[in-house]
Amino acid sequence: MSYSGTELFLFFGLISLGTVITRALPFLIFRENRKLPKFVKYLSDVLPFTTIGMLVVYCLKDVSFTSAPFALPEIISIAAIAILHLVKKNTLLSIGIGTVLYMILINFVF
Amino acid sequence: MKKHLAALRFAFPHTLPVLSGYTVLGAAFGILMTRQGISLLWIAFSSIFIYAGSMQFVAVALLATGFDLTETFVMTLMVNARHLFYGISFIQKYKDMGKIKPYLIFSLTDETFSLLCNATPPADVSAKWFYFYISLLNHIYWVGGSVLGGILGVLIDFWTNGLEFALTALFIVIFTDQWRHAKNHVPALVGVSSAVICRIVFGASDFLIPSMAMILIVLTALKKPLERRPVK
Repeated sequence: MSYSGTELFLFFGLISLGTVITRALPFLIFRENRKLPKFVKYLSDVLPFTTIGMLVVYCLKDVSFTSAPFALPEIISIAAIAILHLVKKNTLLSIGIGTVLYMILINFVF
Repeated sequence: MKKHLAALRFAFPHTLPVLSGYTVLGAAFGILMTRQGISLLWIAFSSIFIYAGSMQFVAVALLATGFDLTETFVMTLMVNARHLFYGISFIQKYKDMGKIKPYLIFSLTDETFSLLCNATPPADVSAKWFYFYISLLNHIYWVGGSVLGGILGVLIDFWTNGLEFALTALFIVIFTDQWRHAKNHVPALVGVSSAVICRIVFGASDFLIPSMAMILIVLTALKKPLERRPVK
């Protein structure tokens, strides 16, 4: 398919607009000078924890547990990252070693 | 000037995992767009003004099949609905950001959100500019990665195969950190279990919206007990 500049501008422009709407809406609805409704306050306390949990699953959404290698590279790497991080508490070290371990596993082991 | 340098210097190390993740994913996006015959100019345009990775990958698919503008717009709202969560979580955090607030809101991606969820600058570094430079650096990595992919237009070699796992690793690290600091693990478990259940029921491409709906319902139901035993 080939598209004209106008078509591409509308296409990317609309996606940009939709994205900005989803990002700006909470800030527009709940203005800072008004006191936050209790329910929104509650959500903004718990949601960061819940959302990270959801994002972990999102990252792994295409991983298959029912066919070889049965998500073993992911399971091994994630366990290594979590343990390393609990022991060393060094974000970059955990991510670096975890990622390299995963790359070795998928390219050379499984 | 000094406060900018201090904030930038403190922000940069925090963004390193995003640097590798965004460069690789951005380059992949650039390469895929090049294959659709999209020029470097439009690749840069979309990464600067959309700056939403998963939706930009959806855009590649839409361009390949021929798009309908209404469908494109609705799809954008659906794919990016999770941003509403981020916004609600950051209303208080972004309260006093002044002139840069619109940019901070615009650039609140998954990765920027998760970095800023936990990172707090020391007392001598301005929180406002710390947030700004994290957001800006991540944005630059994303645009840089896409332009790089657009220029290369070649296959990502096998040695980078799996490098995108850095993003997963980042989320795991944040999850571990939150787990260590949280007094109540129910919110984290609600997130994981809702997403797992919906992934199984709805499949890999359609489970985000149901997950978020389920999370909202469960959190609403658990409001009383969770307020009695707060998470922090």
